[in-house]
Amino acid sequence: MGVMPHDHIELSLEQSLDHCIKCNICTAACPVSAVTDLFPGPKYVGPQAQRFRHERQPAPDESVDYCSGCRVCNEVCPTGVKIAELNARARARLVAERGIPLRNRLISRSEVLGRLGAGPQAPLANLALGFGPLRLALERVLGIARAAPLPKFSRYTFRSWFRRRSAPMANSGPRRQVVYFHGCATNYYEPWVGRAAVAVLEHNGCEVIIAPQRCCGLPLLSNGDFAAARRAHEANVAYLAPYALRGVPIIGTSTSCTLTLKEEAPELLGMRSAMVRTVAEQTFDIFEYLRMMYECGELRADFRPIERTLPYHPPCQLRAHRIGRPALDILELVPGLRLVESHADCCGIAGTYGLKREKYQIGMDVGAPLFETIRRSGSDLAVCDSETCRWQITHGAGVAARHPIEILAKAYGLVI
Amino acid sequence: MRTLTTDVLVIGGGATGAGVLRDLALRGIRCALVEKGDLTHGTTGRYHGLLHSGGRYVVKDPQSAEECARENEILRRIMPHCIEDTGGLFVVTPADDESYADRFVAACRRTGVWVEEIAVSAALRREPLLNPRISRAFAVRDGAADSFLATHANTDDARRYGAQVLTYHVVNGLERVGDRIIGAVCEDLRSGEMVRIHCAAIINATGAWAGKIAALAGLQVSVVAGKGTMVAMNHRIVNTVINRCKMPDDGDIIVPIHTVAVLGTTDIYVPDPDVYSITPEEIRLILDEGEHLIPGVRRMRALRAWAGVRPLYREEDATHDRDIPRTYRLLDHEVRDGVAGMVSIVGGKWTTYRLMAEETVDVVAHRLGVTTPCRTAELRIEASAQPAAPLRPAISHGSAARARFAILASPFYMLGHRLAEVEADDSYGDLVCECELVTREQLEAAIESEGTANLDDLRRDTRLGMGPCQGGFCTYRAAAIWHERRSARYGQAAGAAPATRLLTHFLQERWKGLTPTLWGDQLRQARLDELIYLETLAVDRLPEAIPDETIVTGHAAIATEAG
Repeated sequence: MGVMPHDHIELSLEQSLDHCIKCNICTAACPVSAVTDLFPGPKYVGPQAQRFRHERQPAPDESVDYCSGCRVCNEVCPTGVKIAELNARARARLVAERGIPLRNRLISRSEVLGRLGAGPQAPLANLALGFGPLRLALERVLGIARAAPLPKFSRYTFRSWFRRRSAPMANSGPRRQVVYFHGCATNYYEPWVGRAAVAVLEHNGCEVIIAPQRCCGLPLLSNGDFAAARRAHEANVAYLAPYALRGVPIIGTSTSCTLTLKEEAPELLGMRSAMVRTVAEQTFDIFEYLRMMYECGELRADFRPIERTLPYHPPCQLRAHRIGRPALDILELVPGLRLVESHADCCGIAGTYGLKREKYQIGMDVGAPLFETIRRSGSDLAVCDSETCRWQITHGAGVAARHPIEILAKAYGLVI
Repeated sequence: MRTLTTDVLVIGGGATGAGVLRDLALRGIRCALVEKGDLTHGTTGRYHGLLHSGGRYVVKDPQSAEECARENEILRRIMPHCIEDTGGLFVVTPADDESYADRFVAACRRTGVWVEEIAVSAALRREPLLNPRISRAFAVRDGAADSFLATHANTDDARRYGAQVLTYHVVNGLERVGDRIIGAVCEDLRSGEMVRIHCAAIINATGAWAGKIAALAGLQVSVVAGKGTMVAMNHRIVNTVINRCKMPDDGDIIVPIHTVAVLGTTDIYVPDPDVYSITPEEIRLILDEGEHLIPGVRRMRALRAWAGVRPLYREEDATHDRDIPRTYRLLDHEVRDGVAGMVSIVGGKWTTYRLMAEETVDVVAHRLGVTTPCRTAELRIEASAQPAAPLRPAISHGSAARARFAILASPFYMLGHRLAEVEADDSYGDLVCECELVTREQLEAAIESEGTANLDDLRRDTRLGMGPCQGGFCTYRAAAIWHERRSARYGQAAGAAPATRLLTHFLQERWKGLTPTLWGDQLRQARLDELIYLETLAVDRLPEAIPDETIVTGHAAIATEAG
């Protein structure tokens, strides 16, 4: 695996187990162990089990694989144990020892899947994936839950749209350059999210650069394929560092991608070259960035009123950024618009977790309180920053789900 | 008064006594063992758990080194389930005399201690926390031994051959007729009953207490009690035994054992093996010395500190405890003092317990006219009927599930062993002690087992309360389970008082070892534990427990570690 703890930062991850005072707050807060006995809880699989793991001996545990990686435990831990990271590394150990199941290898490669499905052939691919008997076969053969929410491929990719569009009118004066990290979901499934992001950024005087990029690697990390995740992150750092080193911010609409660039990949993989650090420091969630612009008085406020009250779910991966609720901070500037935060822990999908046959129902049970909250709001539209959460919300609560940037673009009256 | 008759009475339920008992039993000699507390209550249960390669003594005490090297291999063969094959390293730190290393290697060759120099980079890869400034590293065959388990394994095996084990039996007097010792008078501390044991021979295997026992027969044995203090770190900061490559001294070793790493030790003369305390200076010394091996160890989480007393036999005047040879001595009182019927086996160390037993029993068997040779070096000790033995039908799939964990197939103990068992048996819902993974089933089996008197005995059997929270979350659970089981056995509620006594006694035992290490994370832990017991459960305001004869707690005969 090559993850060798050699310095104090690295050690602080695995040695953070020493901060555990066994208080059980994480176990009480864990949305997964609340709904299934298959997961003994974050304390058990995290700092507790870590005392029994030995780098040169076979892995002693496997229940850690039921950790969804939602990071609620990290959020509530009063002493700073890096529980989710301990779990991710333990799972990677298991994968290194026992091999990665074909199913996990497949669903963690969002780029490959995207390339296969997105494009003119999308209707056909979508038809196939919506075809019951095929889904049944996929469940039987591969273990991909037949009811799990798979997104629909887009007929065009975001990158192809960006290439072909007519360049925006060059305004006078120097423009602020930003790199937009679209991620796989925007590129292959929801290009309109990227279009909204580009529109909002350009509306606010930014020159948007679409640098070459690869999958951020999060699905690989959460499926324990650290070697592939390392290759992905190394490639992204090589693509993005030239911009980051010049001080050009890297802005993403997927909270999971940005979290991975910011800290998941460097921490879990033990990568901490100056280039990796610079990329991490220059990466921002799009609303985090817009809020910074607002705080500097640089955000345009030419909003049209939107008279709506919408339920908003801050995804786990956004909360892990520890940046508050920037989407709420910005969208509350829109006259008439009211967003009501869900206060539910997790939607249950946790990236690829809820797609797996053995975990699908756990995911649905985890998400049940959120679905209920959204249903009770009476709204036919929910707002959420993360793509997989949106798909799960639509699947579980039966309402459409949008990225907040789409709402903001609408408030600006931008045509996308 | 009850009277028992046996051929050989072994006094002392530590490693040596248990080894002697097994040796006697295997030779077909009728025997019984008495121990004033629980098995391993003394020094055996208070050491760092090192299975010596011999490396530590090659220069200073070559005879000990040779004995250790030979016994090391034998113990690996006869009781692998009690041993973790951690391997050991001797490293030369910047603070050490560099010329010692060559003497060390030469002495290893002379004494038959296996050694191999490895590259510093290889040592650092193996142990990433090790001081990167070490200049040389030598691999040896050190290991870690579970002295609780090994002692039980010996006595359980001896029982299979008919031996008797009486715990909580303190020897109050030796019966001497003229120049012959013919038996002992013991008190059963739990019932107060006196027991007279007639025997043809007594083996005094009481370690640091050997002088006290000998005195009961009017004999003088000078055993110097050398207190050794140790600090357990919260997790395995190393997975290999790490020694400083220098003359043995204070604080120069780290032993990974079970889930902790033990920094040791000091060596301070104490006049009475029953009265000693741990000083802040000792803790500071151990951590300061530890810095040479693991930079930053001072800032890591220390779990607790404890001390044991080495039984060093002083024949002539030694100026310093460390100058007394670590090898053992067999004192045949018939030859030495003209008093027949008793031998004392003193000195030595855990690693040589079997050899000590063999030599002792050779002499005693000869006197008894038994010519059966010793077989303890050949016969593997069966793993004791594990308290963890599957009882529930739910575990019937256990063997298939267990097959998924390579760790469980290892003949040697491995760090992840218990976790793999819990995972394979799906028993994580039944954990009583979460830190050390003690299930309800294991605890109940230990409660029902012979001679268990309090929660601290359960700790020695199961590791209850030995993890990070030091009993914070398991003491009340264990006390309740004990109460429930004992009430069920006697068919009526036992009343609250015994449970209260169990609870407060164990909390006090854990607290004793916590006080020397109260800073940082462990202070935070202690504060949480304090809130649980004093604020939520108000144990200090429970109705005062009335003395209960089935629970031996603070009996003067078995109280140790003053303060």
